[in-house]
Amino acid sequence: MAEPASVAAESLAGSRARAARTVLGQVVLPGEELLLPEQEDAEGPGGAVERPLSLNARACSRVRVVCGPGLRRCGDRLLVTKCGRLRHKEPGSGSGGGVYWVDSQQKRYVPVKGDHVIGIVTAKSGDIFKVDVGGSEPASLSYLSFEGATKRNRPNVGDLIYGQFVVANKDMEPEMVCIDSCGRANGMGVIGQDGLLFKVTLGLIRKLLAPDCEIIQEVGKLYPLEIVFGMNGRIWVKAKTIQQTLILANILEACEHMTSDQRKQIFSRLAES
Amino acid sequence: MEEETHTDAKIRAENGTGSSPRGPGCSLRHFACEQNLLSRPDGSASFLQGVAEKSRERLIRNTCEAVVLGTLHPRTSITVVLQVVSDAGSLLACCLNAACMALVDAGVPMRALFCGVACALDSDGTLVLDPTSKQEKARAVLTFALDSVERKLLMSSTKGLYSDTELQQCLAAAQAASQHVFRFYRESLQRRYSKS
Repeated sequence: MAEPASVAAESLAGSRARAARTVLGQVVLPGEELLLPEQEDAEGPGGAVERPLSLNARACSRVRVVCGPGLRRCGDRLLVTKCGRLRHKEPGSGSGGGVYWVDSQQKRYVPVKGDHVIGIVTAKSGDIFKVDVGGSEPASLSYLSFEGATKRNRPNVGDLIYGQFVVANKDMEPEMVCIDSCGRANGMGVIGQDGLLFKVTLGLIRKLLAPDCEIIQEVGKLYPLEIVFGMNGRIWVKAKTIQQTLILANILEACEHMTSDQRKQIFSRLAES
Repeated sequence: MEEETHTDAKIRAENGTGSSPRGPGCSLRHFACEQNLLSRPDGSASFLQGVAEKSRERLIRNTCEAVVLGTLHPRTSITVVLQVVSDAGSLLACCLNAACMALVDAGVPMRALFCGVACALDSDGTLVLDPTSKQEKARAVLTFALDSVERKLLMSSTKGLYSDTELQQCLAAAQAASQHVFRFYRESLQRRYSKS
């Protein structure tokens, strides 16, 4: 039977907030609190340290830190709400303290403004299409938000659409468009015939879309192909024959669980055959 | 013609006529059945056996609701489906742990993790943590749900006879034991993220 005093000490130890800098790259769990850099000096070894009140306006330099996915502001600290690895990005042009976020693996997509996604048109109602993007509600897409929209070239029910969200928050129905702010398609719009659409986890999509991803370069050397990545976990791929398309789909789905050596072996075996 | 049949039955089996595995002369629990609930499918039925299942569902749901950040997902329902593979005692505690891991795996935003710990009190006052099915036939069985931030009590479900001091002792023991569960959570989640 445990003594109440030692239990209290151990339980408090588990809830002590850690500095965000020391936890970068490690796995964090929901419920942990993180301290931002300028607060570490105030904490000190004993906990409550008295600081002389400074009348100089410049002394209290508050850095503006952006709280990304998986983190929430809780008073002065950051509260972790999802399990994953903590990441940090330095600010590009000197303003603010950068972005902190949690890299988590999940299958379910939640619409975010600005994300490019692949959707399936499910219904036409009035002036808008209803597009299934894998979230909790279907997104709405207006007839006019395509480049060169006319009565003739419109998507039909069942078509695949690549577009981006202009409105996506928890209170409203998400809205997407297939043109950018200049009015040009920029690669968005109806995705062509044939090809295969399949679903992967969101973490894999982010890995594949990272700037220096080797997987896509290796896949491109294997067969000529067309490929579209949606941030909602959907990938559309099309190669010359159905067999090649299926091979590519299987490789991309399996990439999640393979190490890079296993992947290189499989690619070399396919290149020979 | 569509009809709704509502059957409410309490059956007493005597001298081996019943098919229950508990033996002759026992009584089955109260059960209720509703048919043709849904209009779309060709047939549907709902069967409720025993009130214990409903209360266990309610306990798990209330614990999850206390921890999940529901304000980030308005107008959304989160369904947790728990399937019992084998019951070797401490079933409610095991269900709570499974529900917590499933919510983390799904990426549902939570304000803390939670775990379930069960303990049994013997007739001479000895405390057994995580009792097996045989040990659960003790004087009292207490199950607690604790959160990971400050080991606060989220839910308690108790059955049997116990005194006030015994309750405090069980709670303290459960709080100490919850550390092991949370350490196991951390290790298994670290192992999962180390593969990528």
